[in-house]
Amino acid sequence: MSRPVPLATRPIGRRRLADRAFKWACALVTFLSVGALLVLLGAVVSQGLEHLDWDFLSTGPSRRPERAGFHIAIVGSLWLMILTALFALPLGVGTAVYLEEFAPKNRITRFIQLNIANLAGVPSIVYGMVALTAFGRFWGLLSTKNPIELGDEESFFYLRLPFGNAVLTGALALTLVVLPVVVIASQEALRAVPPTLRQSSRALGATRWQTVASVTLPAALPGIMTGAILAMSRAIGEAAPLLAVGASLFMLFTPDNLMSQYTGMPLQIFNWAGRPQAEFHDVAASGIIVLLGVLLTFNAIAVFIRAKFQKPLQ
Amino acid sequence: MPTRDTQDARRTERLRSRRAQRARETVIVGSLLACGVFTIGVTASIIVLLARESSTFFAREEVGFWSFVTGTEWTPLLGATQEYGVLPLVCGTLLVTGIAALTAIPLGLVSAIYLSEYAHPRVRAMVKPALEVLAGIPTVVYGYFALVVITPAINWVWSGKDGGLGIGPMLGFEEGFGTYNALSAGLAVGIMCIPTVSSLSEDALQAVPRSLRHGAYASGATRFDVSLRVVVPAALSGIMAAFLLAIARAIGETMIVTLAAGQSAVMTLDPRDSIQTLTAYIVQISTGDVPAGGLEYQSIYAVAATLFVMTFAVTLVGARIRNRFREAYA
Repeated sequence: MSRPVPLATRPIGRRRLADRAFKWACALVTFLSVGALLVLLGAVVSQGLEHLDWDFLSTGPSRRPERAGFHIAIVGSLWLMILTALFALPLGVGTAVYLEEFAPKNRITRFIQLNIANLAGVPSIVYGMVALTAFGRFWGLLSTKNPIELGDEESFFYLRLPFGNAVLTGALALTLVVLPVVVIASQEALRAVPPTLRQSSRALGATRWQTVASVTLPAALPGIMTGAILAMSRAIGEAAPLLAVGASLFMLFTPDNLMSQYTGMPLQIFNWAGRPQAEFHDVAASGIIVLLGVLLTFNAIAVFIRAKFQKPLQ
Repeated sequence: MPTRDTQDARRTERLRSRRAQRARETVIVGSLLACGVFTIGVTASIIVLLARESSTFFAREEVGFWSFVTGTEWTPLLGATQEYGVLPLVCGTLLVTGIAALTAIPLGLVSAIYLSEYAHPRVRAMVKPALEVLAGIPTVVYGYFALVVITPAINWVWSGKDGGLGIGPMLGFEEGFGTYNALSAGLAVGIMCIPTVSSLSEDALQAVPRSLRHGAYASGATRFDVSLRVVVPAALSGIMAAFLLAIARAIGETMIVTLAAGQSAVMTLDPRDSIQTLTAYIVQISTGDVPAGGLEYQSIYAVAATLFVMTFAVTLVGARIRNRFREAYA
């Protein structure tokens, strides 16, 4: 410390008093933070519960608040999440495995590592703009007016290059957002696997990849899955990058194929919350209850996996 | 007893399979490396895109780089008098970030000290997950809170109308808060950042070795002395890094400010005013019906570049502080 602190110069009674006062102040502030959460959640539940019924979950949006439903947004979020998981998890876990198990300790590796840390700090809306240019417009190399098409718009395999404002573009934008999260969580899980396990596998004659595939990855899997679930819950709540890639705020149909237009739960909530009528704010609250319910389920699954499958590996 | 021939055949088979094994290994490691390179490609794309598009924006005769950086008028959607001076948007972003920092930093740090130094393990086991839940709530939900809960609450406290407390008129302020104001958005962003500050600061406090605490206790210190004079100073680099990470998140936050702070790009530090941040402007243009390729549309890339530079600078300073000033305890 900068200077030696003469701790015992002031009377002990005063210092005990300061200690006790500080303790209660700290407790007060902490419970204020948690209390803020409870107040906000309470406000949402009290406003949204009334509108929350089966009709709300099974019908689409409407211009009249009492008939507005969440169905299109729920299905849209499901599409986005599955596609995002398909892209982000292999890429993220692959990067983590490379960095932890194979990468030589050189400048390039350090650069990749630093780069991932920096990517985690990039605002999500910037990722949306990048995805719009890279996937929505292919950097302007192909015309969006006359795209190259495979199949026709009715078929389930319909593809068009560039992707435009398709659900695929939205999922790729979310992939960019959650990729650093997946990489960092997977790296931590791999680092927690004791080196003795790898050494014994190598000593038995297994190659490095055999060691990774049959020893390290299975041991790290609970940790990786926990990280993956938390990354997906981040993806499902993101709205800003989807606004940048041109997701629609008012959709009457669920997506048919990868090129369909789409909306998602956070976008629909944004749309309802931004309207001036107070009735729509109640509808937004119902939507928030559904979204938070999904997120809470995700968190519960992550906690369950951590508790059930994470064996102490020492 | 196998014959010489079968022995040879077995050996070549083993060799071939070893060669195949090695080839497979190379392919797999190559594709894993490709995943790593992809992350560099993402960064390169961000930089190339923002640099290319903002340089075409600056090359237009209506705007120049200096008038963009130093201009105090931002009126791209007002038709005849389009001005592109980014300072009002930067000012709005800094105002919201400042309010958020004033909320999140004290609350988060004090929570961290409480959880790390004072709380009973059972209390800790309950409060920590609650803060984690707070961290997992989507930002659009905080935006809703700001608009529907926080703004009316502020109005009730501030204005004397409808049975409110009337603190504003008591202090001699005539003007009240609008539907969209910087304070409500800033408070919501601050609440959003509390878990970032508290959980990272707590990690830093926990990393301070027990022996330092024991030494202080042995020389007659109370828990208060130990926390504030020994543990916090020892963990200061980690705590500062947590602050800066929270600030970077606040600068880049989009949905809360879009919903609750309004869309008026004005130079003001008055928290009662409606303002516009860098991120909210990007949303306004992206979701509006401005034609792609026009001047208004191109301006979002210059705004995004400004945003990227700001968050990158904060992140970089955070990394420097962590590396330079870390007190290493063996």
